[in-house]
This record gives sequence, C-alpha cells and structure tokens, in this order.
Amino acid sequence: MKLNSTKELALMANAIRADIIRMVNAAKCGHPAGPLGLAEIFSVLFFSEMDFDPKNPQKERDIFVLSNGHVCAGSYSAMAHAGYFPPEDLLTFRKFGSPLQGHPSRKYFPFIDNSSGPLGEGLGIACGYAAALRLDNKPQRVYCVVSDGEHDEGSTWEAALFAAKYKLDNLVAIMDRNYIQIDGTTEDVMPLDSIEEKYRAFNWNVISIDGNDIPQILSALKQAKDCKGKPTMIIAKTTPGKGVSYMEKNYKWHGVAPKDEDAAKALSELAAERKKIEQE
Amino acid sequence: MELNTQMHLLNPLSPDLKKDSTREGYGKALLELGEKDSRIVALTADLAESVRVHYFAEKFPQRFFQCGICEQNMAVVAAGLAYAGKIPFLSSFGAFSPGRNWEQIRSAICYGNANAKIVSTHTGLTVGEDGATHQALEDVSLMRSIPNIRVLVPCDFEQAKKAIHAAAKINGPVYVRAGREKMPVFTTQETPFELGKISLYKDGSDISIFASGALVHESLLAAAELEKEGISAAVLNVYDLTEMDNSTIEKYAKKTGAFVTVEDHQIKGGLGSAICESVCETHPVPVHRMGMRMEFGQSGKGSELLKHYGLYSSNIAKVAKEQLKTKKR
Repeated sequence: MKLNSTKELALMANAIRADIIRMVNAAKCGHPAGPLGLAEIFSVLFFSEMDFDPKNPQKERDIFVLSNGHVCAGSYSAMAHAGYFPPEDLLTFRKFGSPLQGHPSRKYFPFIDNSSGPLGEGLGIACGYAAALRLDNKPQRVYCVVSDGEHDEGSTWEAALFAAKYKLDNLVAIMDRNYIQIDGTTEDVMPLDSIEEKYRAFNWNVISIDGNDIPQILSALKQAKDCKGKPTMIIAKTTPGKGVSYMEKNYKWHGVAPKDEDAAKALSELAAERKKIEQE
Repeated sequence: MELNTQMHLLNPLSPDLKKDSTREGYGKALLELGEKDSRIVALTADLAESVRVHYFAEKFPQRFFQCGICEQNMAVVAAGLAYAGKIPFLSSFGAFSPGRNWEQIRSAICYGNANAKIVSTHTGLTVGEDGATHQALEDVSLMRSIPNIRVLVPCDFEQAKKAIHAAAKINGPVYVRAGREKMPVFTTQETPFELGKISLYKDGSDISIFASGALVHESLLAAAELEKEGISAAVLNVYDLTEMDNSTIEKYAKKTGAFVTVEDHQIKGGLGSAICESVCETHPVPVHRMGMRMEFGQSGKGSELLKHYGLYSSNIAKVAKEQLKTKKR
C-alpha cells in the first residue's frame, strides 16, 4: 500500500506513534522514545520508498535491516499496517509466546530481514545483503536504520569502511540522530559530533535532514538513489519521544514504559495531533 | 597393530606418510566447492594466504571479500550474504574468529540461522612460534556452547576436505577447526566421515582413547606402544563435537571401563568435557582429560610445545597405563 501525500504519511506516522504507546504500555516494558522519534522514517520507508509485497514476503523485494532492534515497536507497527500481519497482534509485543519478540528475530517471520538487538551489527549485515544483491545484479536496495548511540561500537565503523570499499551504492543507511542513549546524551556519554564529517571522511555520500520532516526524508532517499559509487548515510536529526510532550528529548524514556495514566495522556496528545493533521 | 579395516586408514606408523595441513585441506576443498556452486563466497580478515582462501580468491575474485582486520564485521557481512542466499565461508585465526567475534557469531549467525561456515585455520598449540595470544585453545568450547551450530574438528588434510564439503551441504551454521602445521595424512578418501558419529580407528578392550584433531595420529601411535606392553587400547576419532555419539561412548564405557581424552585445546569445554557430559548420563567410568590444563601456551615449534605440555604418543601411553588403575574391578 503506497501513500502518496505528505498528509497521508503524517497520519501513518501518527498511527505508528499511538501503536508504540499502546504496545509498550501493554507490555509494561520496552523502548518508547526511540521509535516515537522514528515514526516519520518508518512511515516513509514502508509506505512510500520500499518495494515489497506483504502477501508474498519471500518474493524478491527491498531489504529492511533494523540495526537498533530496540526500536522495533515502530517497525512492527509499520509492518502490521502494511499488511504483513494483523494490527491486533501488536498488543502481544514482548509477551510470552508472541512472535513479536522484544528485539526482532528472523526466526518468526520471513519479512524480518535480521535478528537484532546487540548494537553495531546491522550496518555490516546490510553490507552483506547489498554485496549479495550486487553479485547477482539485482535491482533491489538495502535500507538500514541505525542509531547514533551504536556508533560507539567499533564494529559499526568496520562496516562503514567495508561499504565504502565495495562502493555499495545500493545501500542507504538512515541514522536516528536523536542525541540520546541509555546513560545520557550521546555527547556526554561518548561524543560523536561531527558525525557528518566522520562519514564524509569514510567516503560515504552524507545527507543531513530533519528526520521528523516527511518531505526532507523523501528528498534524501531520492538523492541516495541518484548517488552512484558510494553508500549513502542519511543523518536524520529526530526528536526522541516525538509527539508525547513529557517524553520529548528526555533520555530517561529510552527504556521505560509509560504507566496507564501516562499512556492515556500520550494517546490523547496524539489524537489531538491527528485531528490537526486531518484538518490541514 | 590392527586397525579397523572399515576405516580404510593408512598405517599411522609408516615413515612414508605424506604430511600436509588441515588448512591446506580447507583451501583445496573451498576451491572445489567454488567451481561447483556459485553460491559459495569467501571472506577473510587480512589473512587470505595464511587461511588458504587465496586459491579461491584468485579463481573467483568477484566472490571473495577482503574485509580487512575486522573480524566482527566479517561475521555480520557473512550473515547478510547468507540471508540473501549465498554460502559464505569466513576465515581467520581461531584467536580472532571466533575469539574476537563470538557475539556476532552467536546473534547474527547462530540465532539468525545464517547458512555461514566459520573456519579457523590456526588453532591450538600447533600454531607454534606466534605464542600464547595466537594459540586458540578455547575455540571449541566457545562454539560448543552456542545452540544451532555444528562443530567439526578434522584430524588431517584428507578429513579437513571432507569436513568442508560436509559443512557446505549442511543448511545452517558450522564451525570447522583447522590447523596450521603439516601433519601426517593417514586417513584416505575412503575413510568414512559421518556427522553425529564417532569413528573407531582401532578397537581395544582395556582402555578407550578418544582423540580429536591433530592428536588422533599421536593417539594411534600411543596405542601401538601400549600394544607392545600387552595393553589393548581402543582409539576413537571424535570429529563432530556437536551432539555426541552417545551409543558409541556408552558401548566403549562398558567394554573398556576407563577413558582418556586427548585434544590440542583447554581441558574445559572441548572434547574432554563433551565425553564426560555424555558418559555421565549413560555409563559413568573414570575419564582422564589430556589437553591444556587451563594455562596459556608460549612460543616454540608446534612439536616442542606438544612435547612440553605432554601431548605426544609416549605420554598418552603413560597416562593410559595409569588410568587402567582407576578401573572398577
């Protein structure tokens, strides 16, 4: 299902946000801040950019590698709305017997392209996919969502070297540059700026955007497609906790679920936002 | 010395045995596989010739990935290639792969069920002069502790080729432990290599010697020494350390009543542990585990180190004789 207007994509991002709140609230644990900040990116990837058939996930399609697996509440929601599984199942997230594991696993679904959770692995897995597609002269592309915090991991930079060496221009990574990690801000825990200059020095095509701005995301993905001979890193500055006033920019919501009362407040804020988008 | 004729072995005592390494067996087998199956790809971390994938790389440059000194990334790139339908073989020294990249192997390859094959070509004391940092003596333990991976330890060049061909046929993760040093080649193309089985190379009734890798040959020499003293030792080659061949272990526990295990590896977590785990559940008998007794190695020739740490035929024979005294009468 493709959504063609910014408004429709914004409504989908809003729906994803509401799901995230319901899911972590029902699970009584999980990671709300990260995926709330990524809602526009998930919306654009699954409803505008990527080519896939939810009825036939084994068919050749674009690859989605989620490196920071803890934000999976958002990607699960997008996958459910896209038609991979019924949205009602989202409330089984993190519960015993549910395929919606706390961190995504290939074991349970043919449309989950990597088992993730341990940070610093997804970019390298995406390189492997991109190299395989290249070997087979396939037109499909690899989309990899990475966090900023996992750039503390040396293995992420190993993958950055590899992708540039092999000129994997069928790989586009989107960094959730939200400036938070578990113990504080990224610049306090382990400074990363200028992350743009670092990636440029690693010989990547680097595009900086506001990661909560749908037209900017669309345009960056278009530029990535046009770039030949280099992998693309889209540095997407996002607001962690976006859409929920008390969560925004507060690293303490990285891995804490809202209680019922807080969840209700969050959902009413998101409902108000939805009305606003609809009226625009 | 009477060998099990069904195993089609060459006389281990013959001075004319050809010498070659298990890493060479890997390199040759990988080249054969590459010619037959275009899904085979190879990765290394700046050690192409050392790990013998240069044969493959020269013939199939498009299917060869030089990852640089990045063992962690090598493992996840291999996982991605495997998820996309390729059959990657990733190789380095055992100290670095699986030593450095264990978590990537656990998560991306084993949990992620990647059809990837990890081959370490420099393992054990026989790495030699490079010293303790490079002598992987814990790799079997590291790999045996992860679900969903098969662990193979071939004993010579010929068996290494079989292990690599078997690894390619398995649909899932495999670890193959190979070695650097040239060792006598005493198995033949006809020697059986069956997953899940232990191979009886020489039968015996007084004691059982279970050996793996480079020390199977020394164990056969030990059995020949014991025979001169009227002691009948069985020698069994354990090349698959995944799920153990419990029925063979139980049979020899009942038949001989005492075990010695011999491996170029720490005595915790490798062959010795695997045999103990199995025999404890069926028919417990005393087991003496020969291997590195939880210490680090040092520089020297492989043969000097094996001698220093007691992993040679005469000492295996001596330990076996002592072990006879532990048997329950």
